[in-house]
Amino acid sequence: MSLGTFLELRQELLLIAAALLVLIAEIFSDADKKRNTGLLSIILLGIVTIAGFFPAPSGQLFGGMYLTTNVRLLMKNILNIGALLVFIQSVTWLKKEEHCEKASEYFLLLISTLIGMDFMISAGHFIMFYIGLELATIPIAALAAFDRYKNKSAEAGIKLILSSSLSSGILLYGLSLIYGTTGSLYFSEISALFANNNIQILGFIFFFTGMAFKISIVPFHLWTADVYEGSPVNITSYLSVISKGAAIFTLIIILFTVFPVIIGTWQKTIYVTSVLTMTIGNLFAIRQQNLKRFLAFSSISQAGYILLGFMSGNQMGMAAVIYYVLIYIFSNLGAFGVVTAISNATGKENMDDYNGLYHTNPKLSLIMMLSLFSLAGIPPVAGFFGKFFLFTVAAQQGYYLLVLIAVLNTIIALYYYLLVVKAMFINKSETPVEYFRSDFPTRFALGICIAGIVVTGFASIIFEVIRNLSFVI
Amino acid sequence: MDILTQFVVIPLLTITGIILVKDTRQVKMVSAIGMGLQLIMAGILLFLYVSARRAGNSAEMLFVKDIVWFKSLNIHYTVGVDGISVAMICLTSLVVFAGIFASWEVDFLRKEFFVSLILLATGVFGFFISIDLFTMFLFYELAVIPMYLLIGIWGSGPKEYAAMKLTLMLMGASALILVGILGIYFNSAPAGGQLTFNILDISKVKIPMSAQYLFFPLTFVGFGVLGALFPFHTWSPDGHSSAPTAVSMLHAGVLMKLGGYGAFRVAIFLMPEAVKELSWIFIILTSVSVIYGAFGAIVQKDLKYINAYSSVSHCGLVLFAILMLNQTAMTGAIIQMISHGLMTALFFALIGMIYGRTHTRMINEMGGLMKVIPFLSVCYVIAGLASLGLPGFSGFVAEMTIFVGAFQHPEIFYRVVTVIAASSIVITAVYILRVVAILLLGPATNEHFDHFTDAKWFEKVSVITLICFIALIGLAPFWLSSMIGSSLQPIMNKILALNPF
Repeated sequence: MSLGTFLELRQELLLIAAALLVLIAEIFSDADKKRNTGLLSIILLGIVTIAGFFPAPSGQLFGGMYLTTNVRLLMKNILNIGALLVFIQSVTWLKKEEHCEKASEYFLLLISTLIGMDFMISAGHFIMFYIGLELATIPIAALAAFDRYKNKSAEAGIKLILSSSLSSGILLYGLSLIYGTTGSLYFSEISALFANNNIQILGFIFFFTGMAFKISIVPFHLWTADVYEGSPVNITSYLSVISKGAAIFTLIIILFTVFPVIIGTWQKTIYVTSVLTMTIGNLFAIRQQNLKRFLAFSSISQAGYILLGFMSGNQMGMAAVIYYVLIYIFSNLGAFGVVTAISNATGKENMDDYNGLYHTNPKLSLIMMLSLFSLAGIPPVAGFFGKFFLFTVAAQQGYYLLVLIAVLNTIIALYYYLLVVKAMFINKSETPVEYFRSDFPTRFALGICIAGIVVTGFASIIFEVIRNLSFVI
Repeated sequence: MDILTQFVVIPLLTITGIILVKDTRQVKMVSAIGMGLQLIMAGILLFLYVSARRAGNSAEMLFVKDIVWFKSLNIHYTVGVDGISVAMICLTSLVVFAGIFASWEVDFLRKEFFVSLILLATGVFGFFISIDLFTMFLFYELAVIPMYLLIGIWGSGPKEYAAMKLTLMLMGASALILVGILGIYFNSAPAGGQLTFNILDISKVKIPMSAQYLFFPLTFVGFGVLGALFPFHTWSPDGHSSAPTAVSMLHAGVLMKLGGYGAFRVAIFLMPEAVKELSWIFIILTSVSVIYGAFGAIVQKDLKYINAYSSVSHCGLVLFAILMLNQTAMTGAIIQMISHGLMTALFFALIGMIYGRTHTRMINEMGGLMKVIPFLSVCYVIAGLASLGLPGFSGFVAEMTIFVGAFQHPEIFYRVVTVIAASSIVITAVYILRVVAILLLGPATNEHFDHFTDAKWFEKVSVITLICFIALIGLAPFWLSSMIGSSLQPIMNKILALNPF
């Protein structure tokens, strides 16, 4: 392996090195200094994230099983930024007595899911894609069950592993149909041999269903709320942002490069599923009292909006999706960051507990409000721009009705986001959350989220860069 | 920095100032200074505009500034003003200025109150200066959201319900507008070429008829919701009556004008062909608004509800007049927007001041206020007379122009609806005079009212500013109507090209 090919694999190799270093550090650290591995992991991931922004050569490895282009590198970078934020947000929670000794496992597992996601995004072959997918999913199940003394956490782990193995089965069945009719699993060969016959479309539908499980698209979303509620908050935010983002990136790459022939078919599929996803996600979110469940359903509906960007099958759609996922990472992690901070300080997670929060913790309330407005797509925060571009993509193809349904759905979403705002700013409470000062990591992560929410929209350069990179998938 | 961008920057700087200062007195001073500066800027803008026109500058929009924002979608930050936007900017700065003084005595979370209020104003100013559909829409949504907090936190009565209803209905309207502007964007270059959000560029092409039939109703209804178009007006009475004084003033005075202005600038200016075909539907709806609002005001007992329904009626008249597609009626519509903005702001300010003393807004629980608070009562009578269209006040000029213009239409349908809409003047007189009779002139029913003090200095500043301008427009309307009339030329040229009557 020459240096040039090494650079093509740079992100994955760096992550593997980081994972190994965390393991080694774990062995050599004393029991009471385990938390230092947390700091080490954050620094290592920080280095990997920064390294990702240096230009890397595009090309393919392993006979085309592994592809890398600038836009795929960009996707990895976006996921790294999000994962880094989750890492920083987890520090406070991991300081607790019962989690302290498992801190290095926590980070190790998260880094290995990132490796899986990177391979998934860079796949040029369905087997590579499948290995990446499993590597990205199975460690999460262990993490969902991380709180081993809580029944709900164990339940979440089991539910996640069962539903993801079911979905993997469905996905593999689809892949086998595709392999049976085309005789290849290479992306480039399949796209050349795909001929729009029924068995191939059936294969595609099974594949799409499998991916729909991962992205939790309605009607394959039923595992989401329970898993999100049971898992530790940081894992919930990781699942709803990073895992979902990786699956969306992979799906859009595969749809655009492997299945461009049957664009008419998948446009119809996505039309129906996105309407269902938005509407059902939103309607169920209205009734939720637990904020983790609430954000779970909100993130289901967000996936519905993101699907709108798939409709065009062109560069603009790709750019809009990547841009929205970037904004979604900042917004959702902002909201989850506040939920984490309050949950760490008081253990409260219900919407009623947030009554009168503004009077005791004004800064947290403002951050929460901005993040929710960004999720709802209210200017001047970035969510508005992200949504606008997604809607533009769908309108470009003439799907005005779909855009109207989506915009009306944002009104429903605004309603339940405003319920939280109302709880924090308007409702009065006998026992509000006491004033507390969050520690440095929490404040740092929230600061980055807010900066991201505010800057990503106005700075048009970010969108233009993403769009220019999206030329070559 | 160009003069128009300053209308967005000054409020933002004021907000920063408010956040930085510590005690509440300074918060009020900073807000008053910032918005006073804004008022002066509006005066300067008016002067510059008029002198540029006198000097023979006949460009469609003046002081245009164009910065590319999102290059790949051809989204620009483009600002520019014609006579209509200048008039709206002056109105907004007046009402905001008066609103600051009317909310001098907000008693909790003052900082947050003034920040939200000025943020709302920022959105409105931005909306009036934009000539790019994207920027316009961005500022529109920016103006809607602070409303929720303003009504929800500082409001009265069923404030949470009213705030939620108002926000969701207005955001629903923005959903229609969003689809509308995307539709306009993708049809902005029917012959091929660069798509654009720029209103002036789009107005030079003819959007295909099939697209117009789809997107004209969407944009018109979308903006119409904000202009209280029947049957989407229901947010208005609840919202206005629950909102704190300054917010009612700003909302009825300015924010509802966003509807009329947007419907005019986007729906009618860009798609006149569809207007000509479909206007009858909306003319019927707006006539219903006019009459229904007026009748609604008669049966209300709460002062704010009376005024809110009266706003529905008056704003209905604005939309009614712009649909008539002739110069006189449209000039009337714009004057009506300004006149109603000032008038209703005055009303809500006075109601707020009276409520601050009596702690009730029910007219049957009050009486004889003329004896105890003569200054406020006389001002209320003035506002009432302006509202029912007494010559000498702005309301007369506006309504007269509208009805004269609308009646010029040769078809019998238009004349009939004009007569029906004109009858609202009589109904207006009924509810205004009824309030004046019971509230101000009736027998004093409550001895607690005897100890009231009359208006304080900041209340007088607020009220007198507004009355001066109402009288100014009423007595000397020509400078305003000529400024508006010349700015209507581009749209009139488009209309006359397809409808020579």
